[in-house]
Amino acid sequence: MAVPPLAHLMLSALLFTLGMIGVLVRRSALIVFMSIELMLNAVNLSLVTFARVRGNVDGQVLVFFVLVVAAVEVVVGLAIIVNIYRSRQTVDIDDVDLLRG
Amino acid sequence: MAILLFVVVACLALAGGVGVIASRRPVHSALALLLVLGSLAVDYLLLDAQFIAVLQVIIYAGAIVVLFIFIIMLLHVRSGEDPRIQAVLSPVAGALLCGVFGLAVLVVLSHAAESPASVGEQFGTVQMVGRALFSRYLLPFEAASIVLLVGMIGAVALGRRLSDEAPDRGRPIPAPEER
Repeated sequence: MAVPPLAHLMLSALLFTLGMIGVLVRRSALIVFMSIELMLNAVNLSLVTFARVRGNVDGQVLVFFVLVVAAVEVVVGLAIIVNIYRSRQTVDIDDVDLLRG
Repeated sequence: MAILLFVVVACLALAGGVGVIASRRPVHSALALLLVLGSLAVDYLLLDAQFIAVLQVIIYAGAIVVLFIFIIMLLHVRSGEDPRIQAVLSPVAGALLCGVFGLAVLVVLSHAAESPASVGEQFGTVQMVGRALFSRYLLPFEAASIVLLVGMIGAVALGRRLSDEAPDRGRPIPAPEER
């Protein structure tokens, strides 16, 4: 492997930070969801990198489970977003503040 | 050669990441997310994770992004979001971001991943990952199937349109001016 593992980890850190900026800055619930996917992918990349570095396939098995959970999370989350849109005609997360004290 | 490929893939992934959070239209964000996922799949190939790369393309690019685009189409999002993105983060958010990124860089630079182990030809193939999945990780694998089933049932239950007389409808949401 000619590429140093540090480069992969650095890419993963940058992608995670980008996803976090998206969660903090954007107000459309859909974009926030996509940013969360971005963060999950960054974590997957570091898991695969460490699996390669340690020569152990367990990290890749963990990525498999992250994929399963991400798929379920997207399905349920998007169903919730559709429900919010039906009842409030908006997907702007600043407008959904029923629990605000 | 591998370095060159990695640089191209990393630039594409970062450009896609910026596109996800900076696009004004949700469809553009979804396509930028597709770019990120595709380039990460290539990166997985560079890391000898063939099975994960294929899963990435099938599940993420094939199912999740399509679901996103489907929902965008369904809502034909008039999200009413201000198209301009606030340029300045609040100090708390900025501090949080710097903290997380600093921690990540610390981990990267902590000599945790300097010299990759030598692995055989078989590393990361479907056979090897599948053997681990069906021996040591059999119980989590079965639990994953239950998680998927519960997720499916939850999506169906959430997607059902409740009639007005349904007993579990809950109290109506007051209009904003009444609150």
